[in-house]
Amino acid sequence: MKTRKRQPAARVRGARPRDLEQVIAIDAEITGLRKPGYWAQILRRYGSGRRQRFFLVAHSGRRVEGYVVGDVRDWEFGFPPCGWVFGIGVRPEGRQGGVGTRLLQAICDRFRRLGVSKLRTLLARDNPLVLSFFRSQGMMAAPFIPLEKDLE
Amino acid sequence: MKLQKNTLCALYSVLEFAVHPGRQVSAAEVAAKYRISPHHLAKVLRALGRARLVQAARGVGGGYRFAGNPKRVTLMDVIQLFEDVGSPGRGPARGTRRTEDSVPAAHEVDEALGMVVNEIDEIARATFRSITLDTMLKLIRRRRRA
Repeated sequence: MKTRKRQPAARVRGARPRDLEQVIAIDAEITGLRKPGYWAQILRRYGSGRRQRFFLVAHSGRRVEGYVVGDVRDWEFGFPPCGWVFGIGVRPEGRQGGVGTRLLQAICDRFRRLGVSKLRTLLARDNPLVLSFFRSQGMMAAPFIPLEKDLE
Repeated sequence: MKLQKNTLCALYSVLEFAVHPGRQVSAAEVAAKYRISPHHLAKVLRALGRARLVQAARGVGGGYRFAGNPKRVTLMDVIQLFEDVGSPGRGPARGTRRTEDSVPAAHEVDEALGMVVNEIDEIARATFRSITLDTMLKLIRRRRRA
């Protein structure tokens, strides 16, 4: 088994405008698609200072190692307020180094401070990498079934 | 997706070995703990060895040890050695003779049922693909603490 070189632990804080280019690049590396407009909108809507919305980055100095985006949603789908994570990404070369875990812990801490005791997310079935990550964090199947249909 | 006896034996074994990554565990120990026939288990262990998930050590104190990375090996990696988890199946074909429009033909009922069963199987496959042995061991520890 290869031993990973020990990196200094990344710290987590709210995303700032100067992080955006690196976040866009990390997302593009993972998904193969650059979405500058989308991320600018996420920063506007989820950037620092929003009470129930969080856009956090893990950084070592000025280098962004990963990001997480989520919010607290009240009574959505009929469920009591809970924390939703709808975006998480870590530089591929930095995986298995605990960055994703730190990001998730950081957003969970913020959810807890808002009195929330449940974390939820939604993932594509054919995304075993991220599914495995959330599973490794103790997440189990939620009590709902996502449905869709083609609009003719 | 219903797991066969062989698959369950394999999952018991790899989890048992993955708990003690460096230690050799005897097949007899696993067989006794899970009440599996040693003969049956030997066959399963041979398949796991061929897949390089376990390594056999001979001689006094011989046994098996886990040879994979518990953070990488998923339940599906083990299951697919013993189960046919290929592309989604379809219901049995019963001909395509059309009946009155309001009454579904047998093949239409079969196809619709097949779609629902495939949906369930797809979710099962995704679940097995997403859970590593390390996550399973964490889950067991968490349940013990609860």
